[in-house]
Amino acid sequence: MSKGLVLDHVVLALAGRVLIGPLDLSIAPGEVVTLMGPSGSGKSSLLAFLCGTLDPVFRCRGRVRLKDEDITRWAPERRRLGILFQEDLLFPHLSVGSNLAFGLPPGLSGDERRQRVEAALDEAGLGGFASRDPATLSGGQRARASLLRMLLSQPHALLLDEPFSRLDSRLRGQFRELVFARARTNDLPVLMVTHDMADAAAAGGKIVTVGQDLTFKSAE
Amino acid sequence: MKAWFQSALWLRAMPALTVVIFLLPVIAGLLGTLLPSFGYLPGLGGDRFSLEPWRRLLAAPELPGALLVSLISGLGATLLSFLLAIGIAATLQGTRLFALLRRLLAPLLAMPHAALALGFAFLIAPSGWLMRGFAPLLFADGSPPAFPLPGDSLGLALMAGMVLKETPFLLLAIVAALGQLPAEAMLATSRLLGYRPATAWLKTILPQLYRQLRLPIYAVLAFSLSVVDMSMILGPSTPPSLAVLLLRWFNAADLDSIFPATAGAALQILLVAAAILLWHLGERAVTRLGAGWLIAGRRSHLGAPGRLLGSAAALVLAGFASLAILALAIWSATESWRFPALLPQAWNIGNWARPGLDIARPLGTSLWLGAAATALALLLTLGCLENERRHGVHPSGRVLWLIYLPLLVPQISFLFGAETLFTFLGLDASALTLIWSHLLFVLPYVFLMLADPWRTLDERYIRTGLCLGAGRGRLFFALMLPMLLRPILVAAAVGFSVSIALYLPTLFAGSGRFDSLTIEAVAASAGGDRRIAGVYGFLQATLPLAGFAVALLLPAIVFRHRRGMHVAVHQR
Repeated sequence: MSKGLVLDHVVLALAGRVLIGPLDLSIAPGEVVTLMGPSGSGKSSLLAFLCGTLDPVFRCRGRVRLKDEDITRWAPERRRLGILFQEDLLFPHLSVGSNLAFGLPPGLSGDERRQRVEAALDEAGLGGFASRDPATLSGGQRARASLLRMLLSQPHALLLDEPFSRLDSRLRGQFRELVFARARTNDLPVLMVTHDMADAAAAGGKIVTVGQDLTFKSAE
Repeated sequence: MKAWFQSALWLRAMPALTVVIFLLPVIAGLLGTLLPSFGYLPGLGGDRFSLEPWRRLLAAPELPGALLVSLISGLGATLLSFLLAIGIAATLQGTRLFALLRRLLAPLLAMPHAALALGFAFLIAPSGWLMRGFAPLLFADGSPPAFPLPGDSLGLALMAGMVLKETPFLLLAIVAALGQLPAEAMLATSRLLGYRPATAWLKTILPQLYRQLRLPIYAVLAFSLSVVDMSMILGPSTPPSLAVLLLRWFNAADLDSIFPATAGAALQILLVAAAILLWHLGERAVTRLGAGWLIAGRRSHLGAPGRLLGSAAALVLAGFASLAILALAIWSATESWRFPALLPQAWNIGNWARPGLDIARPLGTSLWLGAAATALALLLTLGCLENERRHGVHPSGRVLWLIYLPLLVPQISFLFGAETLFTFLGLDASALTLIWSHLLFVLPYVFLMLADPWRTLDERYIRTGLCLGAGRGRLFFALMLPMLLRPILVAAAVGFSVSIALYLPTLFAGSGRFDSLTIEAVAASAGGDRRIAGVYGFLQATLPLAGFAVALLLPAIVFRHRRGMHVAVHQR
């Protein structure tokens, strides 16, 4: 058994047509696995399946295990999966600090919450940004805030849905390093979906290719 | 003529023309109510300003009770509808039931107030369908119980009837606002951060869309505090709600009672303004109190019971509305129906052709009036939108408030004044004033329904057309109208259903010379013959549904070989 994220014979189908799988994958804590494939191949839908938010038009079989527990049928909010999308999805009605506090678990005093949020912001080079409106941040800053919000919720695994593709090439490299470094220090298994070979190369882990020809090949 | 048409000058005049046709009489109407409330109405011998009308209003023994009924039913209905609408959306968004509910919203909304109230009365009356269902359990002697529903003195039946009508309206406003947010992604993000669905909705979606709900909520407040037709059918009569009391005074044989009536009409505006202010203060208090709750991190407030409650609320609402229309249909074809039988003993479709029952005339009036008001509203709306697109003038939020104005000002507060103005111009009780009075309420809905589809039509289609050498006019008629046929027809169906439902405008602007289905339905409710009420109510309820059927079927037939036209793919 593995302490990481395990996909067991997962098959994703749309209107009777198999898009992905059967896919067997085991991602150890701290390991990054990259999923590549053309658009429409079902990569993002696979992530939605892992999250429990898959559109019911898709059919999906197989099991998902996280930390030795079968989470396949769990409600999304129980799964403790952190996900980063292409868009940062910071809540526009909350300040940057409140967005982060939204991610924090309950049961801490107000002071403690504020300190945890500020410490996280400081560490990521966003010190003093707590009261700012998310809309006034640059793309790179927003991406970092979104990452912090997700990490503060103490996830057990990380899913990346092309989160770097909106950033320009310089920021992209920096943010990518930050995400992978945080995943390593927190010992999180990471599944990344991307189009970009550079992302895959930077991840340095296993690359799984899915395609519309119903097959997938795996390379080390 | 052709040159003038192509000069586009007429198009530039559209917004101004709309405002003039639309708002000037409203403002004149308000003035025509306010002046008599201070004693000035030369036609009736009031040629000096005085506070006498107000003194008479405040001395009226029915006033305190009428104010109480209006306040309880109006504020209660608004608060309840709001809580139900956000409760249903928060607990059910993303479920199959919610998708089903979304499709039911249009027919629910299209149901005219009077017809819904009549059908609802048939359900809740002591000898109504609900009691017939419970009768075997409760009453051994087979006689109906005696409780004062509808028409209870606090206006609770009226409140329930309005909740039935307003909750779908607010749900529709929520659904429309949801369309402008990445709601699914936001919800998924919150849930992956560990939040239960309903909590996630209340914490992340509601604060973002509340701003767009504000105007609809205020419209609901204004409507609920001043409704007349529903109040005459479901509300108490001694004293009635304020608006009904005022209508009695306006129609009293003693013309002198018009003076306190106009003072009451001004008071009605104050009442609505005070309610809006109160709501606004409550809004700010909740925002302040909620700020800490939003980020305190608690993940779960409403669990599985929440979803159950939401489903139950949605089913009860939809169930009551469908049963109400069914009850109308059954009564319209009933010969005899003894308590506590669940269905009539004897049927008689001949009810529809009884001697003395004139269906053709009110039906005809409702049809031509609805068609004319809707056509005019479409013309003005399309003109404004096309002008906006060509000249890049975008209306600010303030203009939206102007369009909403007739929905925010109580009808009874300006219709009398407007009638005075039209009498002065020699236009009273003409088809023209009648159409204008309907246009006032049809135009806001048509505009709101069409603005988004028009503005989001992919601009590249138009650029392509221009590059292919089509003129502006040809683009409009050959490209935009057909591509937007579906939303145009839906907007028309909504406008038509609004017109079919109007009571007070038809009464005032028609000066009693035109009777529509609504007027007959309200009169029948007082008449006490449930079969006649059933005929008028059912007919009134089916007309808007027929309109929606046309709006959905026509594009499907016209574009049956165009798969791209079956979904709004050309929109971005």
